[in-house]
Amino acid sequence: MGYTFAEKALARAAGLPSAVAGQVVDARPDIVLSHDNTAAIAKIFRTIGVERVLIPDRLAIALDHAVPAPTPQHAQNHAEVRKFVREQGIQHFFEVGRGICHQVLSEAAVILPGQLILGADSHTTHYGWMGAFGAGIGRTEVAALWATGELWLRVPESMKITVTGRLGKGVTAKDLCLYIIGRLGADGGLYQSIEFHGEAIENLSLESRMVIPNMMAEFGAKNAYLPPDQAVFDYLAEALRRRVPTPPHTAEGETPRQDVSALALYPDADARYASSHTFAAEDIPPMVSGPHRVDASAPLDHFRGKAVQQAFLGTCTNGRLEDLALAAEVIRGRSVASGVRLIVIPASAWVLKEAMQRGYIQDFIEAGAVIGVPGCGPCMGNHLGILAPGEVCISTANRNFKGRMGQPEAEIYLANPAVVAASAVAGVIMDPQEL
Amino acid sequence: MDKTPSSIPPISGRAWKYGDGVNTDVIFPGKYTYTLREPAEIAAHALEDLDPQFAAQAQPGDIILAGKNWGNGSSREQAVTCLKYKGIAAIVAKSFGRIYFRNGINQGLLLITCAEAVDAAQPGDILTIDTAQSVILLRGHPYPFPPLSPTALSIIAAGGLVQHVRNKLGITRSDVVAVSEGGG
Ligand code: SF4
Repeated sequence: MGYTFAEKALARAAGLPSAVAGQVVDARPDIVLSHDNTAAIAKIFRTIGVERVLIPDRLAIALDHAVPAPTPQHAQNHAEVRKFVREQGIQHFFEVGRGICHQVLSEAAVILPGQLILGADSHTTHYGWMGAFGAGIGRTEVAALWATGELWLRVPESMKITVTGRLGKGVTAKDLCLYIIGRLGADGGLYQSIEFHGEAIENLSLESRMVIPNMMAEFGAKNAYLPPDQAVFDYLAEALRRRVPTPPHTAEGETPRQDVSALALYPDADARYASSHTFAAEDIPPMVSGPHRVDASAPLDHFRGKAVQQAFLGTCTNGRLEDLALAAEVIRGRSVASGVRLIVIPASAWVLKEAMQRGYIQDFIEAGAVIGVPGCGPCMGNHLGILAPGEVCISTANRNFKGRMGQPEAEIYLANPAVVAASAVAGVIMDPQEL
Repeated sequence: MDKTPSSIPPISGRAWKYGDGVNTDVIFPGKYTYTLREPAEIAAHALEDLDPQFAAQAQPGDIILAGKNWGNGSSREQAVTCLKYKGIAAIVAKSFGRIYFRNGINQGLLLITCAEAVDAAQPGDILTIDTAQSVILLRGHPYPFPPLSPTALSIIAAGGLVQHVRNKLGITRSDVVAVSEGGG
């Protein structure tokens, strides 16, 4: 009998020869992620009665959710996080402005294919883009991991999604996700490990691959997986070279981190799946998801003409260089419609720098856009683009829940970066091909 | 490494049985989440919108049987604690909402996945759950279930994750107060 990716990854993380769906294992994650919530977790940690984190090198902490601090309370919270980082000697710490946790950890190759990352953030599914096992957990669990280095996990059943063919012009990985979630429902992947296969997936750029497992949090998934290939290994090897050297992991029995492909895992051909679905990439149009559910998605045509007051380009879903490139191409030589704000927030400082070098930032500013500091921005309603009652925002983010951008009486539509840019120019939800 | 006993003695209890897709809102209504704090009050509203008889009639030691996706929806931990405070000994379901399952174990409630036992049992049946053998006994028939890990069992035996970690690390200090929060 063969094994799925999830079965193999969690068996390895638990030091077992094998594991099967339904089994509960004690896993030792390679990385435990937290962000602005680190101070709150540190409070729980202290109630355990432990002074020191067991393996500080396995923690990764990024300040990204409300940066730079918008209020004295946020400033105090950040100060407590920095104090914790200093006291515990945390190496993988990313200061305000470096970028969104999932982006900066990917850029810095803090996690590698086949490894396990658990995070106090529901989009920790993200790391499936490189074939790592990433899952969101609760704050108490993170505190327990800091103290003991291990946590029980149930090995999930797996769903196999095969996407054949090639995505059409103007159709992105985001549209693919909105399409799948719309078809199978926001709980369609509940608790499962979602494995993506097929030609359409293999042909995606690395940045596009990052969109898919990130969005699978909106499908109810525990984790998602794309098979890593040479492009992934090359990217991560380069990232490791670029990174300011940090002490390599030296725990016994560990493979040197430089060998990025050494731990890569692939499901067996005869692995057992709870269900399998096949989609033809050619059938997928540009999609938009309407308020207040991600699975309330429909082809762009269905929403075309809806007036918007804000357009937001950013987040861990679609704030990368190729997203900015797509939007800049639409915006170049045009202006943001009067009565509309276009807010552009690169996912990381690296993305911002590259976007500057390529002239995208110039394009945005000339069109009348606002450029924000790398981080989560208004994605979860903390700051930098909160909506007013009755306003409509079209966003490249992953969630459109009621109140998500700080105002329950506002509406959020989700779309790909080109559609968001075209809508900013038109003042209504618009197909970029029709501008 | 783990110095705490990880065994839970076999549990026998009377079954309550519910269907598929029971969400956290009907297990513990959202309108109470920020107002009720006392365990007895929280327990009094358990399953209020699913089965109005339950809170009045359930006895400590009873077992809940459920269909697929028990506890889907919100991450509110009261959906676990209302049943724990009611004295429910275990929940046996065909499947659990992901966060509910984690919250359940981390709050010290025994959660078992066993579709066959759920299908076979009737309300009022007496079930025996033997975690050491990973088997449910029902009218003389054994229904095996995927074993819980020693850690999951010892978390339940300890009464929850924070206390479990304290036991495991041999921490007996009483100057810190154990708190727990639900999964995210
Ligand atoms: S960008 Fe949004 S979804 Fe991503 S980590 Fe930040 S708040 Fe969460």
